[in-house]
Amino acid sequence: MTAPLVVFFGLAALAVIGAVSLILQKHPIHSALSLIVVMVALAGLYLLMGAEFVAAVQIIVYGGAIMVLFVFVIMLLNAGVEEHTSLSKMAGPPGLLLVLALAGFIAATVARSGASVQAATQTGALSSTKGISEMVFKDFVYPFELTSFLVLVAILGATVLAHREKS
Amino acid sequence: MRALLTTNAELVITIVKIALLLFIVLTVNAYLTWFERKVVAHIQSRWGPHRVGPHGLLQPLADGLKFLFKEDPTPAGVDKFVYFLAPLLALALALTSIAIIPFGPDPIRLFGHDIYLGIAPLNLNIGILALFAITALGVYGVALAGWSSNSKYPLLGGLRSSAQMISYELALTMSVVGVLLMAGSFNLRDIINAQARHPERGILGWNIWPQILGFFCFFTAAVAETNRVPFDLPEAESELVAGFHTEYASFKFAMFFIAEYTSMITVSCLCTIMFFGGWLSPFPASWTVTHYLPSVILIPFGLWVIMDGVRYETIFGRLVLPAMGTAITALGLVLIVFPQVNAFIQAPFWLLSKILTFLFVYVWMRGTLPRFRYDQLMAFGWKLLLPLSIVNVILTSFVILAKMQWGAQ
Amino acid sequence: MVPTNYYVILSAVLFGLGVFAFIFKRNVITIFMSIELMLNAVNLAFVAFSQALGKLDGQVFVLFVIVVAAAEAAVGLGIIILIARNRQTLNVERVDLLKL
Repeated sequence: MTAPLVVFFGLAALAVIGAVSLILQKHPIHSALSLIVVMVALAGLYLLMGAEFVAAVQIIVYGGAIMVLFVFVIMLLNAGVEEHTSLSKMAGPPGLLLVLALAGFIAATVARSGASVQAATQTGALSSTKGISEMVFKDFVYPFELTSFLVLVAILGATVLAHREKS
Repeated sequence: MRALLTTNAELVITIVKIALLLFIVLTVNAYLTWFERKVVAHIQSRWGPHRVGPHGLLQPLADGLKFLFKEDPTPAGVDKFVYFLAPLLALALALTSIAIIPFGPDPIRLFGHDIYLGIAPLNLNIGILALFAITALGVYGVALAGWSSNSKYPLLGGLRSSAQMISYELALTMSVVGVLLMAGSFNLRDIINAQARHPERGILGWNIWPQILGFFCFFTAAVAETNRVPFDLPEAESELVAGFHTEYASFKFAMFFIAEYTSMITVSCLCTIMFFGGWLSPFPASWTVTHYLPSVILIPFGLWVIMDGVRYETIFGRLVLPAMGTAITALGLVLIVFPQVNAFIQAPFWLLSKILTFLFVYVWMRGTLPRFRYDQLMAFGWKLLLPLSIVNVILTSFVILAKMQWGAQ
Repeated sequence: MVPTNYYVILSAVLFGLGVFAFIFKRNVITIFMSIELMLNAVNLAFVAFSQALGKLDGQVFVLFVIVVAAAEAAVGLGIIILIARNRQTLNVERVDLLKL
């Protein structure tokens, strides 16, 4: 086993453990912490692939903003331990089956896919930050502008939703 | 053993550097508390700590011992795992962020290896982004501490701090963009080198002049990010007892304390590097006379410490202070005698003196400014800082574009 | 170096766990978090393919996904706060009436 492979398996195990823990934990804060572990592990994987910029953005936006918002809302609403009814317990086994089918389907697709994807390994030599900025501001400038519009709409939406009407 | 050392030389050097930096940062932290108490005391016409050791210089040691030996009760009803995780997280993230900072341009040549000052690799292309990523995670320490304590004051403190940190992080990130545009790189070394493009200009070449707006936004947002006065609402003692760390005692409290002071150091380093030329001297490069400035400062200071020491009240002070003064004077003399050492020391000297100035500004603000009200804090962040920093980005990019278009040298 | 299909399989596993969490969990906030988990899994596949093909399109797409996720989190958490305020519960099974 080479060093990158060891790092990969370590981070992958961390991510999977985090995701399983997200399901098993009863309290939303613990679930949120598990999800943060997954996100940090994924950022590590991006670094391993040489996608530095995406790794940094992953932690800054996902870890530092979105998940903080989740934790903030959980604290604000004082969310307690999750309660499970008989209906939700019933949802477990079929859900597990569905997930196994889905994962099996994707694994089969990967296994049968052409040699091109399997053979291609990460070179990690892609100089990403400059290239990404050129793509975002040249090739993808219209989608970029559209996303800014989307964010504006989201800001307005959040403000309207959170606004308490004075009766 | 020897073979192991030669094959893994890089690894060994890095581990030694980490241990050394950790030691330095923790010591500086301890003396920062002394410095803060002394300066605030003098601002308020008091003496500050002066009982333990000469001029209270052993006070940090006494404080540390107290933290270690105090009783450490765990309150009933806390979420154990998160309660113990929170201070660890805060401290670990604060200390990690220091690792990204470079402390000098030139390597020291030791045992056939070039050893650069600073832990991060030279070509860390996402330097400043990595730093923001680490500080962005820092909010969890505070928020989780507030939540897990199962008590109302910490919860309110945690809520305040997470709202405050999300709000000010935007302004913090946007205010740096101007500097990044001028340097064309995320790498902290490149950012400093970009300010040395015109060595004959000295202080006039620093980013502070074109980026004065950005500096204002950055420093304000950074003070808010570190939860310091006047933005210390998460731990406002007159409203929330002690905010998020009310339920923490003994060493766990000390961990939050060290984390706060370490992030102060990080912010001072960042301000220095991005706006005040990092390790660059404020004088034009051709003035070699200024290389003697460290000695000119050190020798009179050492002599003054000796003078002060012989007249000190306690015998212990009369022994220790002159010894310290002699050491400082000797250091100043060594710098005059060995020109190579003097040339090497220039960059770290300027970096450290600028960082010290910023730390003083921090303490000065604590002694001077009243705390913001919560609604004022939010309005200030969203309605003033964020628009200002965006204006700064637009202005900077227009100027850069105009220079490219009309080719101003 | 790590083969690309390792990354893709990890991504599939994480996505599957996200789907399962989405079905199994009963707290609105946790359900929302499982959506984020699925988005993250997809991002991993995007970056892996981007590196494998030597093109940056995948990474640019990941940035867009992250922006959309941020916008979605802002609106979604606003809705969750409204639900909690109006129904005094975060359990999705108790939010089963059309009117208050």
